[in-house]
Amino acid sequence: MSEPVIHKTTPANKMVLTMGLVATICGVLIVGAFEGTQAPIAENKRIMVERAVFKVLPGAATVREYAATATGIQPLTGAMPEGGVKFYAAYDQAGVLKGIAAEGAAKGYSDTVRVLYGYDVQCQCIIGMGVVSMRETPGIGDKIITDQAFLKNFEALDVRVNTEMTALANAVKTVKHGTKTNPWQIDAIAGATITSKAVGRGINESAQKLLPKLVPHIAELKP
Amino acid sequence: MSLPNPADEGITFDTFMEGVWRQNPVFVMVLGMCPVMAVTVSAINGISMGIATTFVLTCSCFLVSLLRKLVPKEVRIATYIVIIATFVTLVDYLIQAGSLALYEALGAFIQLIVVNCIILGRAEAHASRNPPLKAVVNALGMGLGFTIGLFALGGTREILGAGKLFGISLFGEHFQPWVVMVLPPGGFFVLGGWLLLFALFRGKAAEGGHTHGA
Amino acid sequence: MSIELRTSPHQVSDRSVPTIMKHVVLSLLPVCAFSVWQYGLSALALLLTITATCLLTERLLNRSAGQPSTLGDWSAAITGVLLALTLPPSFPLWMGVVAGFVAIAIGKALFGGLGFNVFNPALIGRAFVQAAFPVAITTWVPAFSAQRFTELVPTTLTAPLMMPPEIVDWVKQQAVDAFTGATPLARWKFENVVASTYDLLTGAVTASAGETSAILILVCGLYLAARKFMDWRIPVAVLASAALTAWLFQWYDPAHYPSPTFVLFSGGLMLGAVYMATDMATSPVTPLGVWIYGAVIGVVTVMIRYFGGLTEGVMYAILLGNALTPFIDLYTQPRVFGTRQQGKKK
Repeated sequence: MSEPVIHKTTPANKMVLTMGLVATICGVLIVGAFEGTQAPIAENKRIMVERAVFKVLPGAATVREYAATATGIQPLTGAMPEGGVKFYAAYDQAGVLKGIAAEGAAKGYSDTVRVLYGYDVQCQCIIGMGVVSMRETPGIGDKIITDQAFLKNFEALDVRVNTEMTALANAVKTVKHGTKTNPWQIDAIAGATITSKAVGRGINESAQKLLPKLVPHIAELKP
Repeated sequence: MSLPNPADEGITFDTFMEGVWRQNPVFVMVLGMCPVMAVTVSAINGISMGIATTFVLTCSCFLVSLLRKLVPKEVRIATYIVIIATFVTLVDYLIQAGSLALYEALGAFIQLIVVNCIILGRAEAHASRNPPLKAVVNALGMGLGFTIGLFALGGTREILGAGKLFGISLFGEHFQPWVVMVLPPGGFFVLGGWLLLFALFRGKAAEGGHTHGA
Repeated sequence: MSIELRTSPHQVSDRSVPTIMKHVVLSLLPVCAFSVWQYGLSALALLLTITATCLLTERLLNRSAGQPSTLGDWSAAITGVLLALTLPPSFPLWMGVVAGFVAIAIGKALFGGLGFNVFNPALIGRAFVQAAFPVAITTWVPAFSAQRFTELVPTTLTAPLMMPPEIVDWVKQQAVDAFTGATPLARWKFENVVASTYDLLTGAVTASAGETSAILILVCGLYLAARKFMDWRIPVAVLASAALTAWLFQWYDPAHYPSPTFVLFSGGLMLGAVYMATDMATSPVTPLGVWIYGAVIGVVTVMIRYFGGLTEGVMYAILLGNALTPFIDLYTQPRVFGTRQQGKKK
């Protein structure tokens, strides 16, 4: 292109043809990559879920995904049914139900705090809590995964469902540091109240939605 | 950019080194600052982002250069974007298949490689005027320069913000982390510091009679 | 009789920048002395270390920029002393060095030195360490402990780059009555306990050195204002607007919001209003602008205290006021004599 070409325009069909050719090459590349990586991605996601669930439900060996709806519970395959809540049922080596894990989320100090909690069927309480993702201030908000006193809240957090099976008997609530009196309360970390409250709210919202639907059908999970 | 770019000039050492030193994307051109600020909280994040960008940059430049005589100038930007977006999608899948933890750490910034101005800039300014091999060599150099920049920021922020490098503790367990360094303001402080250092180096090198490139 | 011929100005004030700055430093000495009497050796060590760091940084940067030394204008000393007064007395010395370096290097030298800085350098230093070391900057020790002149707080001599040790047990040994480890503002915010005005005035509360001597600061400020070393309108505007805002809130809901006296005498409001907001380089020059600037700082301070995530808002309020200063100056320029105001017809 040594001389300036001013009036020459490319015919439309050539443009369409070139774009079509480029799009085809790109399409083939993307489909190829998708096919090649689909299996490892699914495997990675499964391992990640398992690891998170095993952390909140010690002793578990396998995990199955379920959906709880107004009418009952069913294994989750494909899309989530209308109004369904996802949860994980964890079994130990012998195939005995170890507990239920589910995710809760609430707005923290700088972004949504997503937590996974483990529910024990016998004591009807939460026996473990892990953080799935958060962007809380390092050194302050992120104490929710290191503060031993705070984690003690989740060794037996009461989440019994009321007798009408409509909601939790007592809403899970984060209270000011040092004022926890009831087993359904969470003692906040001093100086990280906002993040502590987010954890409480996330668990409460999720448990209020899930447990009333799940508890009447819990026997179906036992093999 | 209207740099004199004679297409018949062969591949020289400077074709590669241009991006590393004379036109370093981070320290000299200050391009693509969005990922530079956002993902460089640790050395490994910086390097991963750098490699992902290098991959997209090199592949895109290769394809753009290959098709350079075919693509009409009216639709060239649209074509480049389609090509770049394709390789970004590939990288997205590859990182997910490799490590989900890394994928979560880099977050939306993998997809945002599409709009990284370095890539479109190189496709337009270099790859569309040069033969494939030369375009690839130049893109690799640019990618390396970008990766070095991200590593420099990520490393500094990880050392100060967590007392670690590549996750290995450097100062023992009593180290006091500088929380600000892993927060957004820390990115600006560290980038400012590196720009200052790089400008000093370049100033010294120029005084010493070294001339880089043409 | 010899007649000297020269061009204007014919009358030169003997007030130079160094004179003013020197008087500000002198007026700060009683406040420093009070803080040392209150907190002992640790407060003294922090004051000396930070001031020395500021002076050293200023000298080094002068040298590297090939400028003559600007230590003589006393401004680096003011920055150092003010910075030290805003930090907890137990603050590790190495973090104090970081704060002092950032204050001078980033807060002042980067903009071109004294007079060119956009923000108050001492507050830049404090903002940096607040963001970097949020735990250390909210760790408090009791005032008037018995051993304060014989031993240092364990955190003071923390090795560089290392985390300060836990001092809960050490504080208990000091056996000072009713020590809570929280500042009056934090206690109000999280526990709804309002400290008594008497305690606030006498410094019998937990806080950083410069926060506990409101009366003393006020007196020193009066001296500076009386000798016209600072613009009296700024502290008056800041304190009045803060008090007015607090009074409005209390009138709206007395159960929930504290009295204006508590707002005025708690936290760093007094120090900020008298010594930091009045920094000549970073405050407006027109009389009307000064009133606006002071009012913004007062209102924002109270808003941050009441509704923000932090317990104290003076620092960010002043930094915000500094950022607004060029605009305030632009819009409050008085009409030049003999000219018409833009857009107005006679």
